[in-house]
Amino acid sequence: MNKHASPSLTAKTIVGGVASSQRHDSAHKHVTGQAVYIDDMPEPAGLLHAYLGLSTVPHAAIVSMDLSAVRAAPGVVDVLTGHDMPASNDISPTHRHDEPVLATDKVQFLGQPIFAVVAETREQARRACKLAKIEYAEEPFVTDILDLDRREGKLVTPPLTLKRGDAAAAIEAAPRRLKGTMQLGGQDHFYLEGHIAMAVPGEDMDVTLYSSTQHPSEVQHMVAQVLGVPSHAVTVEIRRMGGGFGGKETQGNQFAAIAAVAAKRHGRAVKIRPDRDDDMTATGKRHDFVIDYDVGFDDEGAILGVDYFFAARAGFSADLSGAVTDRALFHCDNTYYYPAVKAQSAPLYTNTVSNTAFRGFGGPQGIVGCERVIDEVAFALGKDPLEIRKRNFYGTTDRNVTPYHQTVEDNIIHRIVEELETGADYAGRRKAIAAFNAGSPVLKRGLALTPVKFGISFTATHFNQAGALVHVYADGSVHLNHGGTEMGQGLYVKIAQVVAEEFQIDIDQVKITATTTAKVPNTSATAASSGTDLNGMAAQAAARTIRQRLTDFAAEKYQVPTDQVVFLPNRVRVGNQEIAFGALTQQAYMARVQLSATGFYKTPKIHWDRDKGQGTPFYYFAYGAACAEVEIDTLTGETMVERVDILHETGRSLNKAIDIGQIEGGFIQGMGWLTTEELVWDGKGRLRTHAPSTYKIPLASDRPKIFNVTLADWPEAGEPTIHRSKAVGEPPFCLGIAVFHAISDAVASAADHRICPRLDAPATPERVLMAVERLKREAGA
Amino acid sequence: MIQAETQIRFLLNGAEIALSDVRPDETLLDWLRLSRALRGTKEGCAEGDCGACTVLVGRPTPDGLVYEGVNACIRFLGSLHGCHVVTVEHLKGEGGALHPVQQAMVDFHGSQCGFCTPGFVMSLYAMWMQDPDPSEAAVEKALQGNLCRCTGYEPIVKAARAISSYGTLEEDFLAAERTAVAERLAAIRAGGRVEVGTGKDRFVLPASVDDLAAVLEAEPMATIVAGSTDVGLWVTKFMRDIAPVVFIGHLGDLKTISERDGVLTIGAGVSYTDAFETLSRRIPAMGPLIDRIGGAQVRNMGTIGGNIANGSPIGDMPPPLIALGASVTLRKGGARRTIALEDFFVAYGKQDRQPGEFVEAVHVPVPSAETQFAAWKVTKRRDEDITAVLGAFTLSIEDGVVRAARIAYGGMAATPKRAKGVEAALVGQPWTLETVEAAMDVYPSDFQPISDMRASAEYRMLAARNLLKRFFLVHGGAEMPVTVSRERAA
Repeated sequence: MNKHASPSLTAKTIVGGVASSQRHDSAHKHVTGQAVYIDDMPEPAGLLHAYLGLSTVPHAAIVSMDLSAVRAAPGVVDVLTGHDMPASNDISPTHRHDEPVLATDKVQFLGQPIFAVVAETREQARRACKLAKIEYAEEPFVTDILDLDRREGKLVTPPLTLKRGDAAAAIEAAPRRLKGTMQLGGQDHFYLEGHIAMAVPGEDMDVTLYSSTQHPSEVQHMVAQVLGVPSHAVTVEIRRMGGGFGGKETQGNQFAAIAAVAAKRHGRAVKIRPDRDDDMTATGKRHDFVIDYDVGFDDEGAILGVDYFFAARAGFSADLSGAVTDRALFHCDNTYYYPAVKAQSAPLYTNTVSNTAFRGFGGPQGIVGCERVIDEVAFALGKDPLEIRKRNFYGTTDRNVTPYHQTVEDNIIHRIVEELETGADYAGRRKAIAAFNAGSPVLKRGLALTPVKFGISFTATHFNQAGALVHVYADGSVHLNHGGTEMGQGLYVKIAQVVAEEFQIDIDQVKITATTTAKVPNTSATAASSGTDLNGMAAQAAARTIRQRLTDFAAEKYQVPTDQVVFLPNRVRVGNQEIAFGALTQQAYMARVQLSATGFYKTPKIHWDRDKGQGTPFYYFAYGAACAEVEIDTLTGETMVERVDILHETGRSLNKAIDIGQIEGGFIQGMGWLTTEELVWDGKGRLRTHAPSTYKIPLASDRPKIFNVTLADWPEAGEPTIHRSKAVGEPPFCLGIAVFHAISDAVASAADHRICPRLDAPATPERVLMAVERLKREAGA
Repeated sequence: MIQAETQIRFLLNGAEIALSDVRPDETLLDWLRLSRALRGTKEGCAEGDCGACTVLVGRPTPDGLVYEGVNACIRFLGSLHGCHVVTVEHLKGEGGALHPVQQAMVDFHGSQCGFCTPGFVMSLYAMWMQDPDPSEAAVEKALQGNLCRCTGYEPIVKAARAISSYGTLEEDFLAAERTAVAERLAAIRAGGRVEVGTGKDRFVLPASVDDLAAVLEAEPMATIVAGSTDVGLWVTKFMRDIAPVVFIGHLGDLKTISERDGVLTIGAGVSYTDAFETLSRRIPAMGPLIDRIGGAQVRNMGTIGGNIANGSPIGDMPPPLIALGASVTLRKGGARRTIALEDFFVAYGKQDRQPGEFVEAVHVPVPSAETQFAAWKVTKRRDEDITAVLGAFTLSIEDGVVRAARIAYGGMAATPKRAKGVEAALVGQPWTLETVEAAMDVYPSDFQPISDMRASAEYRMLAARNLLKRFFLVHGGAEMPVTVSRERAA
């Protein structure tokens, strides 16, 4: 898109329509360094820099705060505390009033922002922060939910219970029963671009924010609330983020609010960007869980009843923990039918940073808990876990009601798994691995095939709406705007493809523009894999409105029926003549036809009654499966991913290249969560893994040695989604679970597959080795 | 004394830069972004671990001008004197088109959010200049220092292997400039001392090793900087005052490797990258170990001498070098002394180095053909991770009996430390599993490791013991492989 060519007027198809592997719209700017992130923007004259002062204890009353040395430090212009917030010191995204911009009387985790320094340079602000003298009266603290009574601990937000049938009775009556507990670690987003906001003050009450956020409307509302101004005074814009993954759904509010307050106080633009260590310390992460399960099953491995208790480390405030733990429950069935089920959540208060959204939003944690139960049943019966998985799959016409009473109507997991099982030669490799392990005393191989069913829609029904704004200029070029944000996932290009398709114009005629609250209001976060589903439909609606006007105009002007106005590639056939798209739009302009329109979409069918735990929270489900083979070293616990085969579906893909990128990237991120990525808090409440030196996301050399990713070409969305495509952001993240189970399978060989390894996550070399040692002991005992 | 030059001079892309006012701790990244508005180079972590800030630094070597990827975030501006800095903005292909590296990345969908991408492009460009037809393993090695959170790397690796189908090295723009650049750099590097700043806030590039000795005698509390892969973090993370800074990375006399009577002498300024060829050829087990230190950018900057002088208990060079019986030469003024490397490490944070003294060289005996040597590092993530446990073993076994043993560990104590009890339990004993298992029980007398975010004490102890067992299996005729391997086919 860097060169502007005249569109072909004879082409059979447009360039960059739907179902084409259009490259990312910014690819050429990414590789040349010309893609502008917020820290790269030209800075307004007089720009000031803010930096956060963080608490150094995990739980305490603030006795006194002496900031005089901070104020006196070189370059310092201002120091803000929570008392300096003009109208409200509250940025709780769920309005529970539990999250201050800056802590005033108490701190609830180590690293909580207490004050902000505003200085001429970022370095001056950062250095000055170190000069604060804060006296604390420390109070007892808890960072680890294992140290809590998980059933009785303080919650940050109300829990959820899902129930169908009488789980307790079913478990009691089942021929076999077992219980267990699993620890499942959290995850830092590690977006490469950390949090950042720049506020530019305007006239009257106005302020414009450039914020690295997935949720511009929420930043707008929070900033307005803190400043005490109407939403119309606050404009939030974001062209692109350097990664989000959920970490910028709510967590950008704080930075934006501080920048805005400082900007209005001084009438100067203010930028705030924490260092990576502070970003990781002071912003929320994926929830870690302790999952208790109690399952009853028969001798063939059919689950008869199951009881789950999903306890999560929520941190000091609610943030999104309610919805995250809800979604864990919504996925505790994965692809399996439970005749009777009870599942409860417990979003527990801890003196840690408030955990937040992260790709999958609790769903992956629910699936991991579920897959552990499958493994337990398999080991108890001496069967291959894949056999147990298949035995418990949802049916297509019966055995298809979820724990939340939604009927699964689009189940394709049988075919997905069957094709993958055959394509990856699961059975043959299972035998080969057994033979390898028999002859290899130190290295052990493991194999696992795990399925994914992921529910698509925000479970908060009102978020399932989107708006778009499309302008067609007189020359036929198009300006596209919508409420979705671009964080790398390719949303912008997909929506541009949708609009290009509607007008039948080459994609380079469609200008993709920065997301801004000034063009499309009241938007939802770009989250829950919904970006394309929602915004694509909204943009399509806007384009269709304009196209209809053009059709009506052409029909009238050329005196033909409207069905003789046909949009062909870059031209319109009107009766017997073809008119270039840009010529028709010029004529329409001259005839005073409105060539700008908004579009709106709300997802049909869905509803959810949280109090009853019943409803249809999901518009549809996305499916996939992965088969992983690993090798472990039973002397050190080191692992190697030898091969992974993936079969995943995105309905009728809008853009296979983008979708495969999401699948590959999601898989690796999910694998990292369950293998090398470990969050460690020390005995003083300090997060010790707060930078890439200590927190290890996957590298190129952690990829599977053989990595076969296939996009199933036969499914299409059962519902009328945008061009019958399906969401792809989160579901493939859960494919990484196959690696975890393959490691577990390899560990199990240490005791001849007679004992369920009960491996906790992440499966670091340490956890793998300790599990091997435990199995050897138990097998010997 | 010769009058010092008072400007840092180097080439930035096409322009010659001369700076009189350089803060001793000013980083290349901040200077590029803040002073030059070259914002294609990104800050991802400011500690040399993510690679988003990767730029190329061309430096004259005896083999000609060499371009290497470095982390601009922890590279001090003053250290670039006489170098050619190439940023992503400088890359170009034929007639204003994308450079082959860039075009390959676009065509293979190698970027998603794009924030890491300029760093990947620069790392791949550095790789391609050395290896235009890289294997998958070579690509993975070249990318150990670059984190991508979006793509899962698959399209980037594919792009990396296809670069040469988009253009040739001969046609590359830097190749065309090479002679002219070399001449311009030679003109800058007149050979005298360079000193910028005043009072304590000075950045000094000595003219020679003798001049270094003189500078340090005059400024015994100066911070000696070679690769700045650790000192860089003192600045970016701890905001420590490191002035005055004495840079040694440009001193050719400290960059030599020689061998005499079976002993390799490695100058303190030799980077891991420069040491790799000799060390991996003469002591093959050192190759795979060096490959797991940092990423390419860190290995291009970091030095073996710095890894020693730094004194960290989790440095990766001291344990194998101690196991090999290495010694280190320290110099103060004109006086030199050579001590056993293990004696250099006195206690946590304390080394046997006097103010004004510096590490000049390390001497590494090449193991004889009869001696078995191995060194293994255990980490959470295989590549670019800091050691949880590192075990190094040098054993001489004659007629099935252990004649001599030197075993050293990192991550097991407050310093790199020999396992003397374990050694004693092996020497004189038959080289059997029984002997090894008996020796494994001796570890608690040698080590009482700590628990931290990298590993628990229990795991460290278990893994340390098991590494001895691994050594036995590897050097006792195990029939099956005993270590997971990236190279071995799936």
